[in-house]
Amino acid sequence: MSVGLILAWAVLPYVSIVMLVVGLVWRFRTDQYGWTSRSSQWRESAILRWSSPMFHFGVLFVAMGHVLGLAVPQSMTDALGVSHHAYHLIATVPGSIAGVVTIIGLLGLLYRRIFVKSIRLATTRMDVIAYILLAIPILLGAVATFSTQVFGPDGGYNYRETISVWFRSIPVLSPRPELMVGVPLVFQLHIIAGMLLFCIWPFTRLVHVVSAPVGYFTRPYVVYRSRRPADATQPVPRGW
Amino acid sequence: MKVMAQIAMVMNLDKCIGCHTCSVTCKQAWTNREGTEYVWFNNVETKPGVGYPRRWEDQDDWHGGWRRTSSGKLVPRLGGRLSTLARIFSNPRLPVMDDYYEPWTYEYDKLLSAPANSKNIPVARAKSRITGEYMDTIKWGPNWDDDLGGSLETLDTDPVLTRMNLEVKKTIEDSFMFYLPRICEHCLNPTCVSVCPSGAMYKRAEDGVVLVDQDRCRGWRMCVSGCPYKKVYFNHSSGKAEKCTLCYPRLEIGQPTVCSETCVGRLRYLGVLLYDADRVEWAASRPDETELYAAQREILLDPFDPQVVRQAKMNGVPHSWIEAAQQSPIRQLITDFQVALPLHPEYRTLPMVWYVPPLSPVIDAVTASGNDAENHKVMLSALSQMRIPLEYLAGLFTAGDTAPVERSLRRLGAMRSYMRDVFNGRPGDESVAAAVGMTGSQIEKMYRLLSIAKYDDRYVIPTTHPETPRGIAELEGCPVSYDAEVFYDPGALALGVGQATGRGARLLPLEVIR
Repeated sequence: MSVGLILAWAVLPYVSIVMLVVGLVWRFRTDQYGWTSRSSQWRESAILRWSSPMFHFGVLFVAMGHVLGLAVPQSMTDALGVSHHAYHLIATVPGSIAGVVTIIGLLGLLYRRIFVKSIRLATTRMDVIAYILLAIPILLGAVATFSTQVFGPDGGYNYRETISVWFRSIPVLSPRPELMVGVPLVFQLHIIAGMLLFCIWPFTRLVHVVSAPVGYFTRPYVVYRSRRPADATQPVPRGW
Repeated sequence: MKVMAQIAMVMNLDKCIGCHTCSVTCKQAWTNREGTEYVWFNNVETKPGVGYPRRWEDQDDWHGGWRRTSSGKLVPRLGGRLSTLARIFSNPRLPVMDDYYEPWTYEYDKLLSAPANSKNIPVARAKSRITGEYMDTIKWGPNWDDDLGGSLETLDTDPVLTRMNLEVKKTIEDSFMFYLPRICEHCLNPTCVSVCPSGAMYKRAEDGVVLVDQDRCRGWRMCVSGCPYKKVYFNHSSGKAEKCTLCYPRLEIGQPTVCSETCVGRLRYLGVLLYDADRVEWAASRPDETELYAAQREILLDPFDPQVVRQAKMNGVPHSWIEAAQQSPIRQLITDFQVALPLHPEYRTLPMVWYVPPLSPVIDAVTASGNDAENHKVMLSALSQMRIPLEYLAGLFTAGDTAPVERSLRRLGAMRSYMRDVFNGRPGDESVAAAVGMTGSQIEKMYRLLSIAKYDDRYVIPTTHPETPRGIAELEGCPVSYDAEVFYDPGALALGVGQATGRGARLLPLEVIR
C-alpha cells in the first residue's frame, strides 16, 4: 500500500474527526459569543429569500441521503428484498433533485456574497475559506452523481461495495484503505474535500449547524431565569 | 397566586418636548458600536407618523405579538413552533435595512484637511457606513418625519390612522401631533422570548427585565419579528440580537435608566409592580381586545393587602421590594389615578411601559377656538366632542376603546382646573374633582406626582442587594462628606432621602431603627 493511500484513507479520516470534535468543544468553551450563523438577511433579503431555503433544505436532504447510503449495509437492503435496481432509483432520483436544488441555492448565495457590496464587505477571511471548502465537495459530489449514477452505465457505480464499507471501517477503528483503490477518481476527490471541510468546520460560521434549535419543541414559551448567582445576595460556595 | 415583581415605567406624554435627549444618551451609553449604528433602544416618534422602523405597528405585515385562536389559546402571530423553525433559513417577517435606514456618516475629516485658500468650499459628504459609498440623496433616517416634517408623503401610511379609519387633516392649522418616546416594553408575556428558537432570551425572575443572553443567541432573528414593538434589533456585525436592557446595571444599584435620568422634561417614572404570574395567560387571552387593558390592570396586585405581602414573601420577593411596590409611582398612576395606559394592549404581550396620554392636542384646540382651556366645563365638553385625538389615542393605548382615554384626559383636565383655583388663593373646588370620580386630596397628590415630579417621587427603585439601601451607591468611593447628616431627627424624614435639609446638609439614606 502506498503512503498516499494510507494518508488519504486511514489518517485523514481520523484527523478530520478529531479536528471536528475537539475544535467544536474548544470553540464552544472559549467563543460562545462568536457562535452564530452571522446572517446577512438584514443587508439583503430579496435573493436570500429563495436561495437560502433552497440551499439549506437541499443540503439537509442530501446529508440524510449520505447517512442512508453510507451507514446502511447492502446486506440489509438485500435482506429486505430491495433489488439493486430499485435501490439505485430510490437513491439517485430524489438525491439528484436535492443536489440540483442545493447547487442553485448555493449559486444564489454566492452571487449575493460576491456582487452585493454590503455583504462582500461583511465577509471575513474565514468566510471565504468556508465558502470554498463547502462549494468544492458539493460540486464534486454533483459531478460524481451525474457522471456515474445518472448518465453513467446502467445501474450506476455501486459505491456500497467499496466506499460504504470503507466508511463503516473508520468508526470501528480498523480502517480498510485498500477498498478505495478502484473507486472512481471523482468520488475520491469528493470524499477528501469533504474531510477537509470537516477539518475547518469548527473555526467558521458553519458551527451554527451544530446548534440546530431542536430544544425549541419542548420548552415553555416564556423563559424565566434568575440573575447569575454571582450577582445575587447569597454567597456562592467554593467548588472545592 | 404567584407573586412576582416587575420594574415598570410610565411616561407622561404631556411633558415630552421631543428633544431626543433620551435617545442620544441611550445611544452613547449602549449602541455606539459597529453593527449597532441603526439600533435605537430608545427612540422618540412623532405621532401621527409611521414610526421606527417604518410602520412597525402594522402587524398584518410584521406578524408580531400573539394571536388568540378560536379555542382561546395564544400562539405567536408569527406561527407555532414548527412553522417558526421551518422559516429559520429565511425569515419572511424580518425588517431589513430599508425598513430602518442605511446608516451613514459625514466626511468630517475633509473639513479639517482641506488646503488653505482652496477655490472651493470644503464639504463633508455623506458616506454609507454599510457600503462605504457616497450617499448623494439621503432618503430616510431614524426621525425622518420628526415634527410632522415630510408627513404629507408618509402620514397616510400610519397604521393607527388606518386602523381607526381616521383622516388627520394635513393643513398645519388643523393638524395635531405629540411625541411618543419608546423603549422595550419588558412585557409580562413577551413574544420575542417565546419565538426564540435557542432559548437565549429570558425574562429575569427578580425584576422582570427581558434580556438576550449574548452567549446563547445563535442569530436566528425570530425575536426581531416576534416583538410587535420592533424593539429587538439584529446586530449585523456580531450576528446577534440586542435590545434595551432597562439599564439593569443601573437599576441593580438603585439608579434610574439613562433615558429616565437624562430626560429634561422629567416625564419618566420608574417603580415596582407586583403581579400575579399565574394569571398572565388569563389576562393576555381575553376574547375582546378592548378588555385587555382592564385585564392587565386586574392582575396587578395590591402591595398593601396583607395576603399579597405574605404570598410575596413566600415567593421570594425581598422585603425592600415589597416596600418599594407600596411607594411605587407606577402603581399610583396605573391603579390609583388610572391615568396611565398601556401601549397597544391588543398585541397581547402585556407591556410594562405605560403612558399618560397627552392632553395638549385638546388644550391647543380649545385655546385656538378662543375658549378657556382651564375651565373644566369647557374642557370636559370639548373633550367629548374632539373625536380625532381621542380615537387616535385609543388606537394607540386601549385597542380602540375611547372610554379609558377619555377618563384619563378628563382627570388631567380636572387637575388643571382644580389647581388653578388653588393657585389663585381659592379653596379647591370639590365638585371639579367629583366630576371625574376623584377627591380634592387625590388630585393634589396626582398634581404633586405629575407636575412637581421630584426625583425621589419619580424613581422608586430597590437595589438588588437588600443590605444596600437605595441611594447609597451614589456615595460609594467618597467618604461621608462634611455636609452629610447620618443621624437626623424624625421630623426631617418628611424630606426625601439624599435631599438637602434646610441647613444645606444632605441626608444619608439610613433609617434609624429605635
